[in-house]
Amino acid sequence: MRIAIASGKGGTGKSTVSTNFAYLLSEIYDDVAIIDCDVEEPNCHIFLKPVVEKTETSYLSVPEINRGLCNGCGKCTDICQFNSLALVKNKVIVFPELCHSCGGCWLICPVNAIFQGKREIGIIEKGISEKLHFIQGKLRIGEAMSPPLIKAAKKEGLQHNIQILDCPPGTSCPVIMAVNDADYIVMVTEPTPFGLYDLKLAVDVMKELNKDFGIVINRSGENDFLIEDYAKTENIPVLTRINDDRRIAECYSKGELAVKELPEYKEAFKPLIDVVRRLNK
Amino acid sequence: MKELVIISGKGGTGKTSITASLAALAQNMVMVDCDVDAADMHLILKPEIEIKNDFYGGKSAAINQESCIKCGKCKDICKFDAVTNDFIIDGVKCEGCGVCYHFCPVNAIKFEEKLSGEWYESNTRFGKLVHAKLGVAEENSGKLVTKIRNHARLVAHKNNCNLIIVDGSPGIGCPVIASISGASLVLIVTEPTLSGIHDAERVFELTKHFKIQACICINKYDINLELTKKIEIFCTENKIELIGKIPYSKDFTNAQIKELTLIEYSDGEVSKEIKNIWNKLENKLKERENAL
Repeated sequence: MRIAIASGKGGTGKSTVSTNFAYLLSEIYDDVAIIDCDVEEPNCHIFLKPVVEKTETSYLSVPEINRGLCNGCGKCTDICQFNSLALVKNKVIVFPELCHSCGGCWLICPVNAIFQGKREIGIIEKGISEKLHFIQGKLRIGEAMSPPLIKAAKKEGLQHNIQILDCPPGTSCPVIMAVNDADYIVMVTEPTPFGLYDLKLAVDVMKELNKDFGIVINRSGENDFLIEDYAKTENIPVLTRINDDRRIAECYSKGELAVKELPEYKEAFKPLIDVVRRLNK
Repeated sequence: MKELVIISGKGGTGKTSITASLAALAQNMVMVDCDVDAADMHLILKPEIEIKNDFYGGKSAAINQESCIKCGKCKDICKFDAVTNDFIIDGVKCEGCGVCYHFCPVNAIKFEEKLSGEWYESNTRFGKLVHAKLGVAEENSGKLVTKIRNHARLVAHKNNCNLIIVDGSPGIGCPVIASISGASLVLIVTEPTLSGIHDAERVFELTKHFKIQACICINKYDINLELTKKIEIFCTENKIELIGKIPYSKDFTNAQIKELTLIEYSDGEVSKEIKNIWNKLENKLKERENAL
């Protein structure tokens, strides 16, 4: 089972929900894994302090030209949609950082002058935090494309019984790569106008993907009606609320798990555990 | 022309509220909202759209079921698992590379430009805003960011403005790289949490990677003074100027609800500190201009 924790807006509490929820699940179920898919800025490790057992570098195949064989026909530059290859004075020049690794150029080259080189996109780390399996992708600084690394991180998590995915913010390709095969999506939002607006955008994405999802209101308080009114109109369940409590913010700032420091908050995560129970049936 | 870009690495540090407030203080400038897949600046700036444009982010493939012979070639060569077992292309997974289209033995695949969003030139109470809306589940946000930044330069030129203020997106990937490339100065907004520091360090590395000058401001500095100290040390060690410290304040949410910038909402502590930050930024931008 795969549950993704997402939100349109950044900083609404995705990682807080993911880490606390995954930790509580690992106390109840066997073989629970958290997969940090926010590879641009992975933060789950700060709260879970895993012992990293394995680190692997992740690569993307990019073209390299065998100058001896290349006849400068330009077929590779024509097929490339990403301007990763250019023909200058009958010589093919490669811009590997623009390559999406579609494989078109080496398939089309009539003289087999293109071979597969590689570009490092980041690393995948695997480890354990108490009973919880931990996997994270970490994008190389300067690398623009995060989806292939998200895919690689998800693949590492496949073997585990319950997978909790901490997703990147936004609504574009990285988020879609993270959530596209999730069984359920938990959308974390905050009761502010920005939170509501970005939640609406994210809901549109989940509907487009035909996903089953519910909302968590983080920093819940007097402005909850902003989210509640919308959820009611759209018929989206509000799964739970986490109070706007300075003590939670303090735990967060110090990298502590709220449910460990403030056990009374375990209650707030029960409805999320019920989602797992329901999906398990 | 000077371009000031505000980024944060981590989301939710107050980047957009601060950007809108800086825009309220700056004179004679053009604003750009480069957080194209979760743009919020318009909620404060209430833009009146003057020009609306379609954004074509790239091409997309589709199989013509009538001519398809179900040979499986496209499914074999697609690196993005976009071809389903029934030989339908999943538009969400399709990367737009066209490899299937080129290699289909019976030419059953169409490969056409697809509409992936809209972008706008608008008027606000502080000046022109160039902004965009990426379509649902669309890609190529980097290309859209580049598009609207280029347009903002034209608008600035036409209106004799010499400053562009850019609200960037969270993270360090494609839209962020497209937002900061060629910037005169980057302002990193961080917060004293371990995640905030971790993310600010990564985004600072990114500015170094692209050789762009950066400075830092700490929002909610008083929620953890120990970590604020840690950020100050990081700044000293990396020779990056700490340009201001904004206290934690409910003004951020309250101003948002009133659809006002922090400057308009109150002249309290937050507002004063942002004014200080703006004065320093203005001087830094002048220095940069003189240096070039």
